[in-house]
Amino acid sequence: MSVIVYIEHWDNKFKKLSFELITYSVKLADMLGTEAIALSIGNVPEQELQKLGKYGIKRILSVDNESITKFDSQVYSRVISEIAAGESAKAIVLANNNAGKSLAPRISVRLQAAIASGVNQLPESVSPFVVNKRVFSGSALARIHLTSEITVITLSQNSFDLVENPAEPVIESANVSLEQLSSKIEIKDIQKQTGKLLLQDAEVVVSGGRGMKTPDNWAPLVELAELLNGATACSRPVSDEGWRPHEEHTGQTGKIISPNLYIAAGISGATQHLAGISSSKYIVAINTDKDAPIFDAAQYGIVGDASKVLPKLVEAVKVMKSS
Amino acid sequence: MNILVCISNVPDTTTKVKFADNNSRLDVSGIQWVINPWDELSLTRALELKEDASSGVQKVSVAHVGPVTSEPTIRKALAIGADDAYRVNTVGSDAYQVAAQLTEVVKKGSFDVILCGIEFCDYNGSNVGGMLAEFLDYPSVSGISELKISDGSILITREIDGGKEMLLVPAPFVGVVQKGIAKEPRIAAMRGIMQARTKPIHLVEPVAVEPLTDIQSFELPAPRAACKFIDPDHPEQLIELLQNEAKII
Repeated sequence: MSVIVYIEHWDNKFKKLSFELITYSVKLADMLGTEAIALSIGNVPEQELQKLGKYGIKRILSVDNESITKFDSQVYSRVISEIAAGESAKAIVLANNNAGKSLAPRISVRLQAAIASGVNQLPESVSPFVVNKRVFSGSALARIHLTSEITVITLSQNSFDLVENPAEPVIESANVSLEQLSSKIEIKDIQKQTGKLLLQDAEVVVSGGRGMKTPDNWAPLVELAELLNGATACSRPVSDEGWRPHEEHTGQTGKIISPNLYIAAGISGATQHLAGISSSKYIVAINTDKDAPIFDAAQYGIVGDASKVLPKLVEAVKVMKSS
Repeated sequence: MNILVCISNVPDTTTKVKFADNNSRLDVSGIQWVINPWDELSLTRALELKEDASSGVQKVSVAHVGPVTSEPTIRKALAIGADDAYRVNTVGSDAYQVAAQLTEVVKKGSFDVILCGIEFCDYNGSNVGGMLAEFLDYPSVSGISELKISDGSILITREIDGGKEMLLVPAPFVGVVQKGIAKEPRIAAMRGIMQARTKPIHLVEPVAVEPLTDIQSFELPAPRAACKFIDPDHPEQLIELLQNEAKII
């Protein structure tokens, strides 16, 4: 028996999300009375793989096959499923991100394993296997019984605190049968921004809505985000108007994020917006309307014009940083 | 080339959900059911492609797993412009069971592109498309924000961390669609509503598949503590609280 955790890499490097997955899987394996095994696909250097050991993983399987040259969910899900079956996995853990969301359902069908997607906590019990998760766009919680022998879990980013638990992991090279590895998808082009903090990785997010009045008012919002080492986001009307790129749109039909701090500037807090941000640890609302629903979701609020309040916040953060 | 769009009906996105029978099921009284917004956008894009002669798309069908009471949702999709519909006559229980039923629909027709919305706003699954692809052993791509078809080639753009990827995919394939694929969902015109009455809804008998999950109970999250208001003339107090009370900056 085992828990298999798939650890994605970004240009052969791991990030905080990878360590969250390891921490979660080591604890889940404890609950199941078994061991967690990390699975990496690609040629991640041994030195980078070793970093996973800091969070308690003792065994790492590395699949480095020259036939696998790009991400294809059909190919990757075969690799993960075959290795999980070979290790008699009781649970398979993935991130609830683009890659994890495309792999989990395919693995589920291959292994007839129930999925709990977007969980943010350990199961309440493993026999029977019952997990709590947010449903209806975050407006309710459900206790879900996974009735299958094997389970697939996708973990929400920034929802599970890292726990250091140093181990000396054994790294083994693993492989799967070659006929499974041919991809039918051809990559024509990749456009990628490098060096920019991704919205879903940011621990602080400063977000603007229509209450910002015009795109010209964004400079202090961007500056505040930079000062707090955060990322910028926006509400749907703002991205629909083209004031900000649609990658920044957070909400039910945009990105769903859970930063430590979400500052909503000039956002009224429609249900659809809250659905994308309600699992943030702290929400700060700045809005001229004291009855705006965003204040019901927020821990801290300022009733005022966001375009006037933000420059003052920028100054206050500068003072804080210089003291 | 034929496109199949899988549609689910979900509570209107502004619904305040309530539960019944000791919190064991959703209280459906007063709920306005709508087509899952991402499915609606997928359908809109499929229809745009059909209208463009160079795409070679000839037919757009929709598929839905649900009892006869969900037919208004299907009629709405037909009114927007789908040519015909398939309804698997069973109540959808979980993503696995729904995907298994949709597999039967795909086997009955001849579809080159199958589209599913990225996330159901009911149980936040987003799993049906990938499961359907695996049942069929088709390639699948998630997070599609653009779909172009010309001269039989299918070119898609998918969102990746920090950017996007342009991919050429073979037919048949399953696309899991997110925001960006179409600007606004189409609204049915009166002519479309009239035509929808006579468009065929093919009834498909369900296959016996056990779901893999079972929801034991629901609960509403505990309300957050009351918001602490800060004097707008002294926003520095907010920074002070974030630093020393919340300890997050």
